[in-house]
Amino acid sequence: MIRAGSKTLLEVRGLRATVDGVEILKGLDLTVKSGEVHAIMGPNGSGKSTFAKVLAGHTAYQVTAGEVLFEGENLLDMAPEARARAGIFLAFQYPIEIPGVGNSQFLRLAYNTVQAGRDKDELDPLEFDDLVREKMKLLEMNPEFLGRSVNEGFSGGEKKRNEILQMALLEPKLAILDETDSGLDIDALRVVSKGVNRFAGADNAVVLVTHYQRLLNHIVPDYVHVMSSGRIVKTGGSALALELEERGYDWVEAEANSAAVAEGASP
Amino acid sequence: MTIESLATQDYKYGFVTDIESESLPPGLNEDVVRFISAKKEEPEWLLEWRLKAYRHWLTMTEPEWAHVKYPKIDFQAISYYSAPKPRPKLASMDEVDPELLRTFEKLGVPMHERAALANVAVDVIFDSVSVTTTYKKKLAEVGIIFGSISEAVREHPELVRKYLGTVVPSGDNYYAALNSAVFTDGSFCFIPKGVKCPMELSTYFRINTEQTGQFERTLIVAEEGASVSYLEGCTAPKFDSNQLHAAVVELVALDHADIKYSTVQNWYAGDANGVGGIYNFVTKRGLCKGVASRISWTQVETGSAITWKYPSCVLVGDHSVGEFYSVAVTNHHQQADTGTKMIHIGKNTRSTIVSKGISAGQSSNSYRGLVKILPTASGARNYSQCDSMLIGAQCSANTYPYIQVRNPGAQVEHEASTSKIGEDQLFYFAQRGIDAEAAVSMIINGFCKDVFRQLPMEFAVEATQLLGLKLEGSVG
Repeated sequence: MIRAGSKTLLEVRGLRATVDGVEILKGLDLTVKSGEVHAIMGPNGSGKSTFAKVLAGHTAYQVTAGEVLFEGENLLDMAPEARARAGIFLAFQYPIEIPGVGNSQFLRLAYNTVQAGRDKDELDPLEFDDLVREKMKLLEMNPEFLGRSVNEGFSGGEKKRNEILQMALLEPKLAILDETDSGLDIDALRVVSKGVNRFAGADNAVVLVTHYQRLLNHIVPDYVHVMSSGRIVKTGGSALALELEERGYDWVEAEANSAAVAEGASP
Repeated sequence: MTIESLATQDYKYGFVTDIESESLPPGLNEDVVRFISAKKEEPEWLLEWRLKAYRHWLTMTEPEWAHVKYPKIDFQAISYYSAPKPRPKLASMDEVDPELLRTFEKLGVPMHERAALANVAVDVIFDSVSVTTTYKKKLAEVGIIFGSISEAVREHPELVRKYLGTVVPSGDNYYAALNSAVFTDGSFCFIPKGVKCPMELSTYFRINTEQTGQFERTLIVAEEGASVSYLEGCTAPKFDSNQLHAAVVELVALDHADIKYSTVQNWYAGDANGVGGIYNFVTKRGLCKGVASRISWTQVETGSAITWKYPSCVLVGDHSVGEFYSVAVTNHHQQADTGTKMIHIGKNTRSTIVSKGISAGQSSNSYRGLVKILPTASGARNYSQCDSMLIGAQCSANTYPYIQVRNPGAQVEHEASTSKIGEDQLFYFAQRGIDAEAAVSMIINGFCKDVFRQLPMEFAVEATQLLGLKLEGSVG
């Protein structure tokens, strides 16, 4: 929700990034304030997921130009784990399986590491167990997940719920959800959306990276951005998502191209 | 003065100045064998046994089939006897060598806390001799003999003679023959019929001097219905040269006896460039002689420049059980060729092999295992699982399973896997605030937990921390 008195959390200016020498982000600008929900949409290959990973600090991507400030600090100077402790959370499109590592053990280490990074109290296994079970109940997750290895043998929907569970535990300031809706059936989508809506508040912000409009029926964004060829080319309110659903992306890209041509032609 | 500088001082000066009086000069011949035997006041039969082994050794050649590389060892450049003088009098574990103290401090397990784990009896071996054994009296009350093998030769010659060399014959292999000729000390443990050993038994091996090879010999006998859990730990100071450690361990389990033998091996591994470190060429074998007897080996191998070691079980007794649980970690330029042999002879014998190899740096880590089912072993079963994990792109892992089945009713299963700690896994951890070191430690412990859960509790903690130290800086 857009509110008066909200703080600027994230400022991205002119961001360019490459992977294996290929430029994917080509001058991206975005400002996110606390209390807001942003949706980033766009066709496949437009750079949405790359943008999410660059914000989280994935080492496979090189930032070649531009700046990213998180609460006024230079985010690009921070290691991925420092970004996480500072309050950046990425719900992965394809959560990684980690055989042999118990989910509850992993969740507790993540929780305590992030808590310690914020000078907050760590929890012992029993206290943590109470907390995690309470959060799991809200996401309608079976407690037997705690005893399994991280994401190993989880269905697509279970993995996504596990991501949202981690978000609920770590209480980030900026949650970036990368295609969290993909692979979810209707019930799972409802549960996951409920978890996100419960999380979203005045002091944090959510960036939804999605290909489809259907998630936005459950989580209503304040802003919808359309990405094309590594840039945000159009921004609107939640109605824009419906228009995209109906008309596709071609018209936005065409608009963007003619604007770019006009800009290039002007003296 | 820091503990570290103390430690260095002790090893560098303390023993070296005493060489003239307490060590043999380098070199090996029959007189050296006679000297050792005389020094130990051994009976004639044992001297003859040693000489026979020595003469046999002269006819043998070094094994070269292992997947390891090292310059030829000059056996004439090694000193075969070295005893610290004055002989340290250890009143308690607190006075055990400072290097161990330092190691344990770095591990977060202070020695005084370990001593508080009062239920562990320890035999401490420095170079060639046993310097102390704790809890001897308490163990003697239930009839258990535990102490140095030299002492056992003097006090219980009939027991030593009855079992010595019955599992690993003096001419078994090149290093076992050498050990039989020149072994200087080791632990002896005898658990009489029906006795369950009331505490963990443990031996700490320590190589102190630079030119000395360590050739210890351990013999553990569990009579009918007896049981014992035994742990071996080892460390060595840092030298630029390589030291040879060629031990022999023999286990004998009679009817319904149970021996659990655990090793946390942390010999000096050489530096990051592969200079120095221990050559750990060890023969360990257990004989399940009795019906329904059981021998279980658990090893956590983290040290040594080269490890060449195959703790094995010979399953003679019907319904006997052999187990091998191993974690072998190599980093930098370390080389390990390790595994087991399970020889099924009796009916309905069972064996389990769980091997976890972790390689980092430029190291090489091989599993080599033999499962052999003889025609007599009807109903024999084996399950083997060999998993390898690679950290980084310059290390290697190999698996050499040998399976020989001569009984059509036998069941043999073998599973193997290779995995790699990938960038994406580490990024996932990092995105949850967890740095690479903590992530690797968690992944590795998950990978090894089937083996760690076999270790006595306090040593499982130690092993976990040791692995963390070992792989420090290998990622990222």
